[in-house]
Amino acid sequence: MKKWALIIDVAKCVNCNNCVVSCRDEHVDNDFLPYAAAQPRKGHSWIDMHRKIRGNGPMVDVSYMPVMCNHCDNAPCMKFAGDGSIYKRPDGIVIMDPIRTKGRQDIVRSCPYKAISWNEERQVPQIWIFDAHLIDQKWKQPRCVQSCPTEAMQAILVDDVELKRLVAAESLEVRKPELGTRPRVFYRNMNRFTKCFIGGNIVAAHSGGQENVNGAVVRVLSGRTQVAEAITDAFGDFKIDGLDRDSGTYTVEAQHNLYGTANAAVSLGSSSYLGSLVLT
Amino acid sequence: MKNTALKGLLLALPLILKSAAGKYPSVKEKIRQGGNRVVQIGLKNGSVVRHLVFGAGGIASKPGRHPSPDVTIIFKDAATALAMMKPGADRSVIIDAAKNFKVVVKGKDKWISWFMQLMGLVETAPWKYGMPSPDGTIRYTTNSNGGPLFVYVRNGKILRVTPITLEDDDAASWSIQARGRKFTPLRKATVSPHALSIKSSVYSEKRLLYPMKRVDFDPNGERNTQNRGKSGYVRISWDEALDIVAGEISRMKTQYGPGAITIFHPAHHQWGNIGYWLSALLRFGNFIGFTRMGFSPVSWEGWYWGAAHHFGNSLRLGLPGFYGTVEDCLKEAEQIVFWSSDPESTGGLYAAFEATQRRMWAKELGIDFIHIDPHLNNTAQFFGGKWIPIRPGTDPALAIAIMHEWIVNGLYDKKYVAERTNGFEEWRDYVLGVNDGIPKTPEWQEAETGVPAKDVRSLATQWGSKKTYLAAGGLGAGWGGACRSATGSQWARCMILMMAMQGWGKPGVNFGNLQFAAPLDHHFYFPGYTEGGISGELTWSASSINNYCRMPHVLTMNPVKQVLPRQRLPEAILDGKCTWHAWDGSSLEAQFAPVEYPMKGYSPIHMLYRYGSSSLGTMPHSARLIEAYRHPSLEFIVNQSIFMEGEAQFADVILPACTFLERWDIGEWANCGGFLQHNQDQLNHRIFVLQHKCIEPLGESKSDYQIFMDVLERLGTGFMFSEGCSELAWCKRIFDSSDLPKKISWKEFLKKGYYVLPPEEETARDPVDMRWFAEGRSKDVPEMNPLPAGYAEEFGKGLQTQSGKIEFVSKTLARAEPDNPERPALNRYIPQWEGPNIKEIASRFPLQLLSAHPSFTFHTYGDEEDSFLSGIQDHRIEVGGFHYRVIRVSPDDAKTRGIGQHDLVRVFNDRGAVLFAADVSPLIAPGVTKAYTSCAQFDLVSTPKGPVDRGGCINLLTPGRTLEKGTEGIAPNSCMVELEKWEPALMEAAQ
Repeated sequence: MKKWALIIDVAKCVNCNNCVVSCRDEHVDNDFLPYAAAQPRKGHSWIDMHRKIRGNGPMVDVSYMPVMCNHCDNAPCMKFAGDGSIYKRPDGIVIMDPIRTKGRQDIVRSCPYKAISWNEERQVPQIWIFDAHLIDQKWKQPRCVQSCPTEAMQAILVDDVELKRLVAAESLEVRKPELGTRPRVFYRNMNRFTKCFIGGNIVAAHSGGQENVNGAVVRVLSGRTQVAEAITDAFGDFKIDGLDRDSGTYTVEAQHNLYGTANAAVSLGSSSYLGSLVLT
Repeated sequence: MKNTALKGLLLALPLILKSAAGKYPSVKEKIRQGGNRVVQIGLKNGSVVRHLVFGAGGIASKPGRHPSPDVTIIFKDAATALAMMKPGADRSVIIDAAKNFKVVVKGKDKWISWFMQLMGLVETAPWKYGMPSPDGTIRYTTNSNGGPLFVYVRNGKILRVTPITLEDDDAASWSIQARGRKFTPLRKATVSPHALSIKSSVYSEKRLLYPMKRVDFDPNGERNTQNRGKSGYVRISWDEALDIVAGEISRMKTQYGPGAITIFHPAHHQWGNIGYWLSALLRFGNFIGFTRMGFSPVSWEGWYWGAAHHFGNSLRLGLPGFYGTVEDCLKEAEQIVFWSSDPESTGGLYAAFEATQRRMWAKELGIDFIHIDPHLNNTAQFFGGKWIPIRPGTDPALAIAIMHEWIVNGLYDKKYVAERTNGFEEWRDYVLGVNDGIPKTPEWQEAETGVPAKDVRSLATQWGSKKTYLAAGGLGAGWGGACRSATGSQWARCMILMMAMQGWGKPGVNFGNLQFAAPLDHHFYFPGYTEGGISGELTWSASSINNYCRMPHVLTMNPVKQVLPRQRLPEAILDGKCTWHAWDGSSLEAQFAPVEYPMKGYSPIHMLYRYGSSSLGTMPHSARLIEAYRHPSLEFIVNQSIFMEGEAQFADVILPACTFLERWDIGEWANCGGFLQHNQDQLNHRIFVLQHKCIEPLGESKSDYQIFMDVLERLGTGFMFSEGCSELAWCKRIFDSSDLPKKISWKEFLKKGYYVLPPEEETARDPVDMRWFAEGRSKDVPEMNPLPAGYAEEFGKGLQTQSGKIEFVSKTLARAEPDNPERPALNRYIPQWEGPNIKEIASRFPLQLLSAHPSFTFHTYGDEEDSFLSGIQDHRIEVGGFHYRVIRVSPDDAKTRGIGQHDLVRVFNDRGAVLFAADVSPLIAPGVTKAYTSCAQFDLVSTPKGPVDRGGCINLLTPGRTLEKGTEGIAPNSCMVELEKWEPALMEAAQ
């Protein structure tokens, strides 16, 4: 049996929010029973946008990540509801029956991803429904995928074996995998949210001032073990990415045959730009 | 013989009308609206005369004259009558007859218009449009400032809108081969978020749904102009509203004479060729006579007032061209320097995310990106690359220091400079400090810009040794916050000089950021909005070039020659006069002569016909408007607006206009005609859209076209305005005037709603812009720029400058303004007049404010507080039940002021105070704060700290001064402010 999954590439999200807006466009003022009651006009984002800023000072990067109901294969909300009012369709999509869940505000807190909204007016918990109502009318993709200008989102209909293969082949990740909820929304390049970098600028003295050193070798060590190596670019900058948060103290060693060496120690909490290190 | 045929036709008319009424409810309704009418039709010599009698008894055709017909139509001869009255009559015959009095119409305009519209309806009523779906919805099409859309309608209500995904039977896409890769664009039309949220605008609580009058405004008594913006409104009927407006128009003309009425409109409008301001509004204005609003190219300031004087292109607002540069950049360039360039925020201009994927290809090919901007803007955020933050308004100092490094290190194209430019020696001496003793070194600029000298050296070396595309401004060439500051002209001039030093036009060396110049077909004609649509205005639109030749229609002309510049409306009202410089792209010199308001012989303005409500959000130092709007000399303000927003609240009478989804229009995506010729080159496919009337107008709102016709009906010119056409009939006329009928039938276009044009053949693509110049050949790109007389020597040889070369020292400026210290012919660095360098300002207001074109709205469109866009974290954030606009603050500046993420802040200077929600992040340089301009909401609240606008109109704070003497350029990015945390208790204490 083929089931739906969504793959989102964090590196391709341009923060246009078309996914957020298309979801509102689809659901505000529109009842699609028995899939979902209409979304309230204000204050609801069944698809939401998360932002992660790393670094400081001119070495900063930022990524955006659309988040929504994960349509978990082991959905906490279904267990919490306990009465079948939240159910998983054979195609993998989770639906909160807008009639049977009426009055169940308690369901909102069952989701560890905070993906459930409470519709005060209609007294129902609500989620992004993977546009099941459109899929059932033979639409090839949900609105968010169709509206995405960079193909950062992809909806696929695959069996479990193929999905497993894709996840491994493309290093896809899910949010909070430790919870065992088995989301069907996968992310590519999620390390831009989860990992850290150490960056810096390598300079040498130059006629009373400084000049950027192109081609300096920078090594990052944890204890005596080399973790990574980089070569500075034309602006003397280096950026070593993929480090874990709160992963302890690192030593940064820079070296250039003409200009000498420089060292620094970093206690890595989150991403860190060290500023200029002067070779001597 | 022809007389007999005419008699037969007139005899048969009742049958034709009755038959149509039986089939089409709209025809039946139109006949009913007429009531008891008599329409007499005959020949001038009296040989044929019959009259049609409409009434309860039906329609009858009776012989001879009627003693008191409502409408009398007199034809010169039977041939003219038959040619005009036959179904699908040739418009050129009709226009010829009208212009040369071969047909004369008499009667009350209301009934003439009614009969003409009825006859037109008989033709258009059978037309079927839209694509029915199995689920009961009908899929229509529309076109917006942010891309074309499918509009799904059920039971007369918009269900959803979606982007248009191209089908297999739509034209194929182009491909570009570069460095062993083949790139083909996505098979869809991308859209901006403000396009995708259009349903929320249509059904916004801010919609004006019926005509209103200010409660304390009495056109025959006390007008209470001092209460504008304070007193509320009372609903009135359309008849009352239109009678007041038409009455005031007549009163102005009789009491004050020509010129007393002015029409002010936004620069942009909802998409199309019929309803656009350059179309229906100009046509309307010409029928009443009005003081025209004078434009300044406000988004391109530094280019038009500065850059053009070194290389020409005045017809392009001083912007460099772009042809062929996507292919050249992908094949040849090694890096792109984005300087004040953020195409991802605005989708270029009208182009959604069409160019985003082309920039993604450049990244895939390993082309380096460098971003010079005080803000790690959306483009820099998405693509990464070296970020060089710079103090706003100091950009020319950095540019000059880079050129210094090129000169001292020999990193420039000496042969190109020798052969294609002049004045370099004088420029070189300035840069090296030969005369002033100040070499413009990287250290010299560091004190100004805050950019470390070492980074300038690295940048100069990179740039001087790699094939570099310069993205100067969001469009690749044009726009950019740096061009909208006190030094905007200096900066844009530097951009031209830098490119001249690097061999502009050689492979891999050009302006651009892949925003423009997809390899499209440039030969296929379809009008863009500046081509005047139905205006018939041959002087103040580009109609005469193609549109007027191709679509026979009645020309119109404004007898009032007085012009009032957009930026100077407050001075004109408060001081009664102003002097300014007009935009005229036909030559480099046209901008120099000052223009005076009022113009000799004309009345100063006493009536404002305001169209839309965007000025408070978009005009620098817009706080000036408030006093102006309350001035007693402005006796009447009518606002024809869609939304109750901005300055709509300052009107005496409000006329509710409907959105473009509630009326007919037709347009090509992103085609704005002469403002930016081939602006569609930003797109991956040329797409032409019939903008269906998707739903009926909400409430009592009406289309702009209908409102104009209704006003003119009271002044006797409604039937001339309409030429008997409905908006749909005009769409057909535009369609017929274009190249579209060669590709798709009207019937199919009505149904499907769009057509995709195949791209230019790969072997016939247009050459790269400026390649001809670099290689010393004649111009070979498809634009008539400059005008033939604009070439100094032979047609096609050289540029528009006096010397035909790139002039390091502008001969035009030297000739026109030898004594203007603010715009010298040699482009010296002159620090800005408002900035951290001006201590008495900076000591009180220490932060530099940037106000950029908005990312999530199109100017004010889409900024209704209840829009689907509200709540998007980079646009409006909900705090205490209200969606506040966001302002970006650096962590350092936030910390010293005790401001946390999403705290409310009061941003202020001597000009005013505005509330925002703070977005605290290292994405903005310390000392700088940035908000988007073009707020739609003006919500002034009295508080213990004085009045504050919580809507978010940042332009209340920006300076109204022109960027340089002798120009009309705005400089909102030279603005100092302070911000402080705003305690919600202060709002509770507010009135």
